[in-house]
Amino acid sequence: MFPFVTTILRALRRGPATRRYPYEVRPPMAGSRGHLVNEPDTCIYCGLCVRRCPAGALAVTREPKSWTLDPYRCILCAYCVEVCPKKCLRMEPSHVRAAS
Amino acid sequence: MTTAATTTRRTLIPFGPQHPVLPEPLHLRLVLEDEIVVNALPAVGYIHRGIEKLAELKDFQQNVFLLERICGICSFIHSLAYCQGIEELMQLDVPPRAKYLRVVWSELNRLHSHLLWLGLLADSFGFESLFMQVWKTREKVLDLEEATAGARIMLSTCAIGGVRRDLSDEQIAQVLHGLDAIERDFESFIPAVITDTTVKHRLVGVGVITQQQAHELGAVGPVARASGIARDLRVTGYAAYGELGLNPVIETDGDCYARTLVRVRELHQSLLLIRKALKRLPATPIAVPVKGNPIGEVVSRVEQPRGEVLYYLKANGTKTLERVRVRTPTFANIPALLAMLPGNELADVPVITLAIDPCVSCTER
Repeated sequence: MFPFVTTILRALRRGPATRRYPYEVRPPMAGSRGHLVNEPDTCIYCGLCVRRCPAGALAVTREPKSWTLDPYRCILCAYCVEVCPKKCLRMEPSHVRAAS
Repeated sequence: MTTAATTTRRTLIPFGPQHPVLPEPLHLRLVLEDEIVVNALPAVGYIHRGIEKLAELKDFQQNVFLLERICGICSFIHSLAYCQGIEELMQLDVPPRAKYLRVVWSELNRLHSHLLWLGLLADSFGFESLFMQVWKTREKVLDLEEATAGARIMLSTCAIGGVRRDLSDEQIAQVLHGLDAIERDFESFIPAVITDTTVKHRLVGVGVITQQQAHELGAVGPVARASGIARDLRVTGYAAYGELGLNPVIETDGDCYARTLVRVRELHQSLLLIRKALKRLPATPIAVPVKGNPIGEVVSRVEQPRGEVLYYLKANGTKTLERVRVRTPTFANIPALLAMLPGNELADVPVITLAIDPCVSCTER
């Protein structure tokens, strides 16, 4: 019985192990691959990212200039970020909810 | 009303593909005499995704991300097996730092895989508080993976020619600090796993296979090691394992308890390997440039948490591969599972099935 009392007291002191999600959201970790962002002002629409994308989530056209991402296909591997010659692609650490 | 005729009547019980203890759809057709299993027939095919065929259509660099997605638990180790195969074909010399980082992420994968399994095993015999405690600790491993690789499950850090991320001094300190916390958690729940009477009652002497049976049936990983077979591919020294040194964890009883002990001791072994690897991390680049396309055939084998995974790769000098064949450890352990089941009660089937740590997503690909 006494070991269990110790366990109860320890649990009371520490509080719950869980968060009251979605009211309490853990801040994203630095360097986390949350979602992909493009800077259209810097992008030269070369299409290298499209050729590398393993999931076929990207589409680029030079004329008219457009860069589109299908967030439901993107697997957040950041392979496109590595090959981008202008470094206009980057991964943001925050995760985008599916419904937002 | 019990007669000789009714007591020997056989009943066919479908176990799975949907079952409370099964995390993935595995179907077993159990032939019972009363409550005792006399035969079991497996059926898989519920989550086949055609990954091997898709790997022939993607280019060899994209395949790293595709093959990583064969399994959500040992994702890094799948990509490692593939990358090592392609590196052998292209005769790439991976820098030492990358090899050590590969060990770190492989062992983090093994840690959270064994913890996931331990939680599921506890759940299979109704030990819910142990299940929750173990998975609470697993979260800490996943946090370390996110802090170092940028994702909890799909690390995507292995690349052909090295790794894609380096660890800073702060990250190394964070991992070492995290491992200390994880080890403290182990001290709190592992004695309950090993010494608890209820746990022993459900595991000791259940689902026994002998060393000879395990050998003949081609068992791999903790299933083979729990039957006394010292087979662990890490001792072959791939990545940096050769420099870190390890001895396979072996038990000899061949029952569910022995399989549990093997995995529990491997948890400590993984902690030790990560600490050693981080302490000896050489200051070299983390990748070499990849030029050209692979050509030839290769077999690449590495040790997953569930045992040996085998990759056969055939390349013809183009960007795409001619054939990618993956033999996963659960596939190798299913014959051993079928040998474990006969003679046991129906109530023990969930425990025995979970004791091989089945990964059906791997098996079906």
